[in-house]
Amino acid sequence: MSLFRTELRRLAKRRFTRWMTAGGLLVLALIVVGLFFTNQKIGPDQWAEAKRSADQQHQEQMQWAEQERANCERAKAAGENVDYYPPDCAEITGPPREAIEEKWFLPSTFVFRESFEEMLIPLAGILAMVGFVVGASFVGAEWNTGGMMNLLLWRPKRLTVLLTKLGALLAGLLALAVPATAAWFGSLWLVANWRGTTEGVTSGAWQSFLLTGLRGVVLVLVAATVGFALASLGRHTAMALGGAVAVLIVGQVGLAILLSMAQVRFAQAWLLPTYAYSWMRKTVTLEDWRSCEATYTGECKPAILELTWQHSSVLFTVGVVLFLGAALWTMRRRDVA
Amino acid sequence: MPAVLEIEGLRKTYRSRRRGTRNALDGFDMRVEAGQVHGFLGPNGSGKTTTLRTLLGLIRPDGGRMTILGHEVPAALPQIAGHVGAIVESPQFFPHFTARDTLTLLASAGEVPVQRVDEVLELVGLRDRAGERVKTYSLGMKQRLAVASALLKNPKLLILDEPANGLDPGGIREMRTLVRNLAESGMTVVLSSHILGEIQLICDSVTIISLGRRVAFGPVDEVLAQHSSGSVRVRLEAVTDLPVAAAVLQKSGHRVSANPDHLMLTGVDKPATVTRLLAEQGLYVSELAPVAVDLESVFLELTNTAPVPGQHRQVDQSVRVDGADSSAPTGGGWGA
Repeated sequence: MSLFRTELRRLAKRRFTRWMTAGGLLVLALIVVGLFFTNQKIGPDQWAEAKRSADQQHQEQMQWAEQERANCERAKAAGENVDYYPPDCAEITGPPREAIEEKWFLPSTFVFRESFEEMLIPLAGILAMVGFVVGASFVGAEWNTGGMMNLLLWRPKRLTVLLTKLGALLAGLLALAVPATAAWFGSLWLVANWRGTTEGVTSGAWQSFLLTGLRGVVLVLVAATVGFALASLGRHTAMALGGAVAVLIVGQVGLAILLSMAQVRFAQAWLLPTYAYSWMRKTVTLEDWRSCEATYTGECKPAILELTWQHSSVLFTVGVVLFLGAALWTMRRRDVA
Repeated sequence: MPAVLEIEGLRKTYRSRRRGTRNALDGFDMRVEAGQVHGFLGPNGSGKTTTLRTLLGLIRPDGGRMTILGHEVPAALPQIAGHVGAIVESPQFFPHFTARDTLTLLASAGEVPVQRVDEVLELVGLRDRAGERVKTYSLGMKQRLAVASALLKNPKLLILDEPANGLDPGGIREMRTLVRNLAESGMTVVLSSHILGEIQLICDSVTIISLGRRVAFGPVDEVLAQHSSGSVRVRLEAVTDLPVAAAVLQKSGHRVSANPDHLMLTGVDKPATVTRLLAEQGLYVSELAPVAVDLESVFLELTNTAPVPGQHRQVDQSVRVDGADSSAPTGGGWGA
């Protein structure tokens, strides 16, 4: 227990942890501020303004139609052969007023019920990135600076040391992610309250939000564990960061281009972010626009592939077991030189 | 006296496709008795650090037996780690932590009372600089911090690898006094160093390792006596008589080397015979002095690492004083 507490203290004392946490929270705060200033509460004034804008646009459309009809008649009278006008110029009419909806001209407003679940994705993404980098650095820097060797002189049980370090890291991240998620709930609720609406949030919606938030926290812990395991395998932070860059840039962008060139069906199913997205959204539907699946009405619909959060959970579990298992095996077997 | 540390037949082999097989430790033996300050000497790459790392569970041995405080290691390391303080090779610490943070975290991990941190900081002379980040420390200060970290547990066995590295002359003297005081308080100290004068001054016994094997061990005086060549320096009243004296001594079976103002005799059991022989020929001795051997010369002789004019000795390579290369094909050192 003393080792766990010590490692928690070491994690909290590290400058890199503090800067990365502050950076991640700052980005989240900026998103909230951005949402606050780009949204407005909809009231009678906003509806009146939207109506004015819709009327104005209708007027402009009518004037334009009038002008075009005049041009059409002039061209026909002059015997010009213009094929972009209809045979009968009277067909050129402006849109009816009701075709231009007033709600199109309403300013952006934050509807908590519709937007909050989507907004949990950037929260999980940013915290997962913080978790990955802090996790990698927490063990990588220890190896790099000789701290791990010092620790092993005090605590010669290698696996206990590594797993305790991982436990401290995950506990620390949990201590960050849970309040951050709660604060995210709170701040976006306030944004919705002042710059949108909080109506329609049923208990079912709350339950769905909570489950999505929970999946976000799990994503953060998975990212941190993988970063930690990779850095432990390479005994250097750069191993994890280099690996992540290689996977994301070469593995993902390169693979996406390759798959696209090879016209592979459902190419996105081979890309990691798709699984992170499906984990958060519960399901992602991929469509193959090159295929046609006829319906009984004769309509042609693309073939679809549905990826669910269960698919993602299998992938994450395999990844964690593979990387962490390898890290533990090398920790046990390799010399500390 | 009971042995605090015992090593028998320790082996460590490194295998590399490119470099082949190298025996960093080739059946190494060592014994350190309780309460001693024991010097552990060897040239670069001879296997010193490999031995210490293996002993402390950082490297897996390929053979042999090791005990610390009567317990087999590495199996019993978790039980005895609290009684063994060690610094291995150059001190390395997290650069952005202060010395106090570093020691406090170690103390906390090892369940050592936190007030011990102040005691060891005082002991190594870092009390007033304890709040500064380690990255601002000089090598000598980092060395002091490393010694402090090893002393935190108030260990029964203290292993110090090059503790004087980077210390100023005052620091070296302080380290010497500290080690002696610790030994007097009952602590057993194993000291690895290349400053042989220091070792000779403060150690009760030594082990010398070369190419992964023990080449000498025992109390310092005994090791010196075993390798004393019985050299005697002879000066005469008249320098012009030196050639005649050399001839007389050679004739009587002594090995003589002539110098401009004196003769050097080796393998002399009884210096009095030299006086008598020369006096019988009317040659009068003005100085007859036995040449004392020191640890450095014994070390250089045993490890065959004496510098040879015109040659650049490589690490892993032992060179005899007569110039013959003696490095074994599977010689130790790589990775040590």
